[in-house]
Amino acid sequence: MFVHFFHELKKANVPVSLREYLMLLEAMDSDVIDRKVEDFYYLSRAALVKDERNLDKFDQVFGHVFKGLDLMNEGQTAEIPEEWLRKLTEKFLTEEEKAQIEALGGWEKIMETLKKRLEEQKERHEGGNKWIGTGGTSPFGAYGYNPEGVRIGQKEGRHGKAVKVWDKREYKNLDDSVELGTRNIKVALRRLRKFAREGAPTELDLDDTIRSTAHHGYLDIKMVPERRNKINLLVFFDIGGSMDSHIKLCEELFSAARTEFKNMEYFYFHNCLYEGVWKDNKRRHNEKMSTWDVLHKFPADYKVVFVGDASMSPYEITYAGGSVEHWNEEPGGLWMERVTQIYESCVWLNPIAEKHWEYTPSLQILKQIMGERMYPLTLEGLDKAMRELSR
Amino acid sequence: MKFEGTENYVATEDLRVAVNASITLQRPLLIKGEPGTGKTVLAEEVAKALNAELITWNIKSTTKAHQGLYEYDAVTRLRDSQLGDERVKDIRNYISKGKLWESFERDARPVLLIDEIDKADIEFPNDLLQELDRMEFYVYETNETIKARQRPIVIITSNNEKELPDAFLRRCFFHYIKFPDEDTMRAIIDVHFPGLKGKLVQDALNIFYEIREVPGLKKKPSTSELIDWLKLLLSEDISLEALREKDPSKLIPPLHGALLKNEQDVHLFERLAFLARRERN
Ligand SMILES: Nc1ncnc2c1ncn2[C@@H]1O[C@H](COP(=O)(O)OP(=O)(O)OP(=O)(O)O)[C@@H](O)[C@H]1O
Ligand SMILES: [Mg+2]
Repeated sequence: MFVHFFHELKKANVPVSLREYLMLLEAMDSDVIDRKVEDFYYLSRAALVKDERNLDKFDQVFGHVFKGLDLMNEGQTAEIPEEWLRKLTEKFLTEEEKAQIEALGGWEKIMETLKKRLEEQKERHEGGNKWIGTGGTSPFGAYGYNPEGVRIGQKEGRHGKAVKVWDKREYKNLDDSVELGTRNIKVALRRLRKFAREGAPTELDLDDTIRSTAHHGYLDIKMVPERRNKINLLVFFDIGGSMDSHIKLCEELFSAARTEFKNMEYFYFHNCLYEGVWKDNKRRHNEKMSTWDVLHKFPADYKVVFVGDASMSPYEITYAGGSVEHWNEEPGGLWMERVTQIYESCVWLNPIAEKHWEYTPSLQILKQIMGERMYPLTLEGLDKAMRELSR
Repeated sequence: MKFEGTENYVATEDLRVAVNASITLQRPLLIKGEPGTGKTVLAEEVAKALNAELITWNIKSTTKAHQGLYEYDAVTRLRDSQLGDERVKDIRNYISKGKLWESFERDARPVLLIDEIDKADIEFPNDLLQELDRMEFYVYETNETIKARQRPIVIITSNNEKELPDAFLRRCFFHYIKFPDEDTMRAIIDVHFPGLKGKLVQDALNIFYEIREVPGLKKKPSTSELIDWLKLLLSEDISLEALREKDPSKLIPPLHGALLKNEQDVHLFERLAFLARRERN
């Protein structure tokens, strides 16, 4: 039974080790707890989970293994922004219609059906025009639920094309431990390393001091630059667009230099920064981290690098609800501003050639928010960006 | 030796299990949680409850692992040697004991608190693995092995500013102090202000949890701020009406300083007040 539990945890990506498993067995043997399920739950949790981000997964597995509850099938169901739907009800449904929804089994039921429809729709590849329940038989169709052209869930008075993309795109997962190939990248790496080593404070070199003191006969203190450097780096990569290959190259560059930094953390976003970022692109729809948490977690002396093409429709930056793939409560531009306010050192690296920049309004907006600190992803651009970061 | 919470500290069931597991199995207990949720105080209370001595090692960004064991002051020794000081002959004179060593020397089992371990360098926890595992270490200068007489109860706190290494985590029990729900918070208030009940507590709690919900706060007020604030409310005799005030601009004075400690947050609140006023007009 415990072995099964252990395996299920592993399957759900809770990083448990044999050592911890044995620790739990040992604790079961001693009389730490009474024979209560709750106590066993607390004990196994304290022994097996070491990161609060995994607590929820643990709970799911525990429920599944010990109470026969169903394990939520993470990573396979399409995530439907519930706020989106709720806003929809508030704005567009009459009292009667709301009552109808109740009659249909309430929100839960509807969400279920909607999820199914979504899956079907994805398979049928109907393009962007058809929408769930456009036929008369669907309970959804009756409400004229058609996000193309209708500003669903947005506050009134907003104009602009509706370009919500509902179908999930396919995203590649990016790895941070890949070997580099091209010569160009090697040069870039050298420069990045140089940047990382600059500004290291000095420390007493005890060996050399003693040697020199013995030699001279008087105390001769020797200092050397501290070996480990002090630069903390926070990198945000935009993935899921046409520039993926470039971004990936850049990610390889940073990951190759990672040991040079005191700390280097990376996160992914899509198009513009919003309230959530993620670390594992395959599980991006389930394992988003709150951007606030990220901003709180990393102190203001971190240096921040954004890597992305900054090309999108302007209202993905300027409007709440402008994101193409979820309902964002606050405009992306606000999130960008928060970052630049918290972190003094920020740059944006852009794989698009600089000569094309002026034709893309969104790029201009982001460049402005960055205080003009946007650089092309070339050797020279990288150099300039690093120089900016070391100021 | 079981920890059940104390009259000064509300320990939820899950926390108690974690503490007791760590005591019984003699493994370190890692405590995480928002600032001000009672991580540091927990160690004090465990020590009190078990009638044990508390030895606190406060970690800073410059703290190195070996400082917990001992420090050898070579520079002073060099200087002394130049001055012909007799002390120079015994290297022991230049070794000062760290907190870990101190805790190893006790006859009765002490509580060793390693507070805010995440402040240190990322390698710090790894550098202590052996010592915490075996509860012994070697002093090269004097060729002796220091072994714990009693394995201390080790409580380690982290504010989660940094990830901790896996090898270190595998050796610990872990407890994340969930932010107290309203009932737990009532119990905590009762511990600090015995007998204080009724409307004031309810209104204060409502405001407190509401403020925590305000998006964009840099520092959400926590248990410790709530307690400070209540203290202030009681001493200044602030009326219930003032607390019930719905206009956030008027709410700021009784909040400022105690609940909102960050200038940016005060500004955020003032902005909200401004928006609220504009909406009304
Ligand atoms: N469960 C509790 N029971 C009683 N008092 C509590 C409890 N939790 C917090 N407090 C009170 O809150 C205050 C803050 O606690 P403490 O300093 O231990 O927080 P902390 O988690 O160590 O914070 P930080 O991360 O900022 O160091 C203390 O005054 C303590 O009395
Ligand atoms: Mg503390």
